[in-house]
Amino acid sequence: MAKRTSSLPTAGVGVFRTKRDRRIGLALTLPSLALFLLFTYYPFFKNFQLALYRAAPFPTLPNKFVGPSQFFSIFSDAQFWDSVRSTVIFVGLVVPIGVFLGLLMAVAAHQRLKGIRVYRTIFSSTVVSSAAVAAVVFSTILSPVSGYLPSIGIHAPDITSSSTWAMPMVAIVSAWQFVGLAFIILTAGLQSLPDDLLEASRVDGASSWTRFWRIILPLLSPTVFFTLIVGVIYGLQSFGQIDIMIGTQNSTFTHTNVLIYAIYRFIHVSANPGMAASYSIALFFITLAVTLIQFRILEKRVHYGQ
Amino acid sequence: MASKQRRLAGRTGSYALLTLLAFIVGFPLYIIFAGSLMSLKEITSVPPSLFPMHPIWSTFRDAFVGGNLGQYLTVSFFQSGIIVVGQVLTSILAAFAFAYIQFPWKRTIFVAMLATSMIPFEVTVTANLQTVAALGWSETMQGLVVPFLATGFGIFLLRQAFLQIPKEMHEAAVIDGYSSWKFMWRVAVPLARPSIAALAVFSFLGAWNQYLWPLLETGSNKNIQTIQMGIRGVGGQVSTANVSLAAAAIAVAPLLILLVFFQKHLVRSLTAGAVK
Repeated sequence: MAKRTSSLPTAGVGVFRTKRDRRIGLALTLPSLALFLLFTYYPFFKNFQLALYRAAPFPTLPNKFVGPSQFFSIFSDAQFWDSVRSTVIFVGLVVPIGVFLGLLMAVAAHQRLKGIRVYRTIFSSTVVSSAAVAAVVFSTILSPVSGYLPSIGIHAPDITSSSTWAMPMVAIVSAWQFVGLAFIILTAGLQSLPDDLLEASRVDGASSWTRFWRIILPLLSPTVFFTLIVGVIYGLQSFGQIDIMIGTQNSTFTHTNVLIYAIYRFIHVSANPGMAASYSIALFFITLAVTLIQFRILEKRVHYGQ
Repeated sequence: MASKQRRLAGRTGSYALLTLLAFIVGFPLYIIFAGSLMSLKEITSVPPSLFPMHPIWSTFRDAFVGGNLGQYLTVSFFQSGIIVVGQVLTSILAAFAFAYIQFPWKRTIFVAMLATSMIPFEVTVTANLQTVAALGWSETMQGLVVPFLATGFGIFLLRQAFLQIPKEMHEAAVIDGYSSWKFMWRVAVPLARPSIAALAVFSFLGAWNQYLWPLLETGSNKNIQTIQMGIRGVGGQVSTANVSLAAAAIAVAPLLILLVFFQKHLVRSLTAGAVK
């Protein structure tokens, strides 16, 4: 077989290589390529152009060319930093809660017990819940009127209109949604660990506590990192529950105005594509930074793992 | 004797922990279904019921009639169905080309396609709305589905599956004079069925639960709003809590069925890339 000469993935084996095949090969990629060019790359670069125009005060007037100043102005804009702060708090709540619970469930379910499949299905189940479904059920559970919270002794104010509680509430909803995915990924990681090592530690009589901290967690750490990254990206894209539970009418929206929600408001409420594009560019670079960290970690793992 | 007792205690502890966790995570899902069968009085009482003592089904009728859920469900099945079929087809074609055919610009195109997963859809929403408007697709079904008919993840997943087909299979196919097209549909696709199923389940889940794009793209055209928009319409108010929960139950039911019957496939797609 041909040697791999670079770190880039080889694109395939290339069994079919006649002249006719070469044309067919190109043609087969065309549908995807056309769609990506039109709906991924074009709008991505279009953002940089849109960001150069300031929205006119009336929709009938043409937008005004202002150059890159509009994009750079967001960095001295308090509203932008409020959004960044809200996003960081939101992600900072969702990811640790989700990964911690997911890890606890994955470790607890990683044993041969009767009925374990039922538990595994329950633990995975939140992965199918949409933002809207989650928002509706949590509105009921956390409602100060319907009373699931008061009956266990928590007398919270109407949380959707409380500036203190609005953020933790939407974060809990997202964390719950994310737990299922975290459980699934971490379980797959656990199952790929060498069984004999875990078995040996059990025979040695190590306590579950020691086994978890000394053996399972270090071995699982690459998967835990991966889950953290997936969680951050998941958190950056959470939108529906904020839209349903808080909404733009509610005065507390300023406390849950995460970047993606701010983009939505620029598009939908204030009809300002220039600012929406500027925020989109910022959101892209944040996501890119997170993804690059993930690549670095994955790269390391490949080196140490073999 | 002592070790047997210890093992029994350990097992009881395990079940206790598992059950506690299942309660924490499963409670909201349970309330969706239990609450949808309660009367409004029952669900808003203090302390609230945990079990529908006198289950009522009229909430579902109210959700369908008052909330017009039948219409939303139909749209969602169409929208998700088209996206699943589209993603599976475009991914099969491109993935096969990358796995088995030598053609110009191959690596460049491959890297460009994988790189699309670095650009979250949210980042492209602003300009995509303008593109869709320019195509005359605002508030139409085309506008709802066409931007999602290709997926870098799907191409990656199926290419992996195609590459795992044993070398003897394509050697034999070449000797038998199979064309690339024939080899794709007769050999590669049938052998990659588990991964194709995984992609289909994954696509359905994503399409069905889409929120931001349908919200912005469908605008005021109620005829093409998805089930998630339907829940948005009835959701959140305590005055209709049981009907809202019935709507949520209807929206999540197809996916729960999917989870129970295709758990393996779903797990496979969700963990692709997580573990080597």
